[in-house]
Amino acid sequence: MSFPWAKEYKPSHPFMQWMDDRLPLPRLVYNSVGGGYPVPRNLNYFWNFGFLAALCLVLQIVTGIVMAMHYAANTQVAFDTVEQTVRDVNWGWMMRYAHANGASAFFVVIYVHIFRGFFYGSYKAPREMVWLLGVVIFLLMMATAFMGYVLPWGQMSFWGAKVITGLFGAIPFVGEPLQQWLLGGFAPDNAALNRFFSLHYLLPFVIVGVVILHIWALHIPGSSNPTGVEVKTESDTVPFYPYYVAKDGWAIGVFAILFCTALFFFPNALGHPDNYIPANPMSTPAHIVPEWYFWPFYAILRAFTQDFFFIPAKLMGVLAMFGAILVWFFLPWLDRSPVRSGSYRPLYRKFFFFGLIPAMAVLFYCGGAPAAEPYVMFSQIAALYYFAHFLIVIPIVSAIEKPDPLPFSITESVLGHDEGAQLRPAHGATEAVHGEA
Amino acid sequence: MAEADGVRRRDFINIAAVSAAGVAGVGIVVPLVSQMSASADVLAASSTEIDISSIQPGQAIKAIFRKQPVFVRNLTPHEITEANKVDVSSLRDPQTLEERTKEGKENWLITMGVCTHLGCVPLGAGEGEPRGEFGGYFCPCHGSSYDTAARIRKGPAPKNLEVPDYAFTTDTVVKIG
Repeated sequence: MSFPWAKEYKPSHPFMQWMDDRLPLPRLVYNSVGGGYPVPRNLNYFWNFGFLAALCLVLQIVTGIVMAMHYAANTQVAFDTVEQTVRDVNWGWMMRYAHANGASAFFVVIYVHIFRGFFYGSYKAPREMVWLLGVVIFLLMMATAFMGYVLPWGQMSFWGAKVITGLFGAIPFVGEPLQQWLLGGFAPDNAALNRFFSLHYLLPFVIVGVVILHIWALHIPGSSNPTGVEVKTESDTVPFYPYYVAKDGWAIGVFAILFCTALFFFPNALGHPDNYIPANPMSTPAHIVPEWYFWPFYAILRAFTQDFFFIPAKLMGVLAMFGAILVWFFLPWLDRSPVRSGSYRPLYRKFFFFGLIPAMAVLFYCGGAPAAEPYVMFSQIAALYYFAHFLIVIPIVSAIEKPDPLPFSITESVLGHDEGAQLRPAHGATEAVHGEA
Repeated sequence: MAEADGVRRRDFINIAAVSAAGVAGVGIVVPLVSQMSASADVLAASSTEIDISSIQPGQAIKAIFRKQPVFVRNLTPHEITEANKVDVSSLRDPQTLEERTKEGKENWLITMGVCTHLGCVPLGAGEGEPRGEFGGYFCPCHGSSYDTAARIRKGPAPKNLEVPDYAFTTDTVVKIG
């Protein structure tokens, strides 16, 4: 699953040789994240975010296991056990805030990672499976984060749970029974809290499993790169160790500075004060908002205020909200351009920077704003563009766009020349895609 | 003879074994799925009695029914006129006030305090809470407005506030559920 010039694992110590014959785990590590994995030499800093996402997952699992040691999933005491963890447990305050802010950090990193994929066409053949598995991971992350936010059983926890499970109630015929089945009752209560805790503990390990598949699928064709030109020769790559281990190490440093700043100086900046009020089923907070990382999708949910033929507004909102993510599954087939990287796609680039990014920014802002005008109208316009971008703009752009000329190889894009270029076949015989571009 | 038809004994054993495993699989899934439904104790606590004698016209109270709020409102004559003035066919969920109340007790509007959009508790039952532009209830979550008969008039909610099953056990006591 690698290039022919990838270095082979050659254990020198007798024990490692003995091990390699019986359980070649060190070989797997060496070939995955060691000297045996050749990576394009031109990766920019956006390529650090996959590694950072893995780091966030580990951080969440470690702090989460600690939180579970001090937490009780019972509506009578759940709120208090979280407060006790913060006030009484040794270092509990740090674990709690590291876990809460770790979720935010995870989403910051994953949004950059996803938008890196959008811009550089990382979802295109032969990496469709990498992309599809990534979308699955994102959906699992959203489910995990949602259920985790319910556990402290504050006002926002309770009402968030009520609103989100209410989404399932919008489904025709089966909606209400389905909602009661999910909650184990008529409204969020002990049964719901318990199962959310159980699943919140389970899903991160499911994510670990899908991450392993994600990396496995990635390592079949190897990493993409900012030019989108495939690796041709050994001069296009450097071994993952030490080059990208060092670069990812640098990224950890920057990440740690930012994360610790949030953790130690602004631990509640991304939280909501209402969640320090214990859950009260009789009183809805004046302004229910989910956590910031759900805002774009929450804005889409609320953008539908009118019935659409026979489909009620509520169901439309729910369908659109889920559709906003499900459309990503189809992206590799909606974008037919043979050129991957946005750097060589002038028209695509314009729609990315002046269409998708502003639309996402508006949805982010409106999702956190009250459900009133003008925010609803802004969300409607932004949601309209969001769907048009994927379903109309991308297919049309990829059909009519004239891409900029691609470099012959990664090496050429880095050094300005490539000795391998002399081996170039006669007039685009095998390199039709790159030759024409 | 069976061999002659091209059906071997082994084929029968294969189909029988896979079928048995399939049935067993379904049998295992049923309890695993069913255990998540509302348990017997949750289903048992499902009716509520409310004394309405102290609710003055224009006032409303919040009670609890199945762990969810229920609104009991004593409508003023003005609110009843307002509700009856509306052209029913123009409503999203067409219902008259009469259909939403008991005969001879048109002033007692009893509804779930659960917005039919996504389940928030609408404002308007408590003293001084905003009641929206139609004078009934207003849901702060996504801006649904209900009129004096708790019918949806504006915003994303698809239905009127649900009227639960209830009966007047005496003139001053209502049993819900």
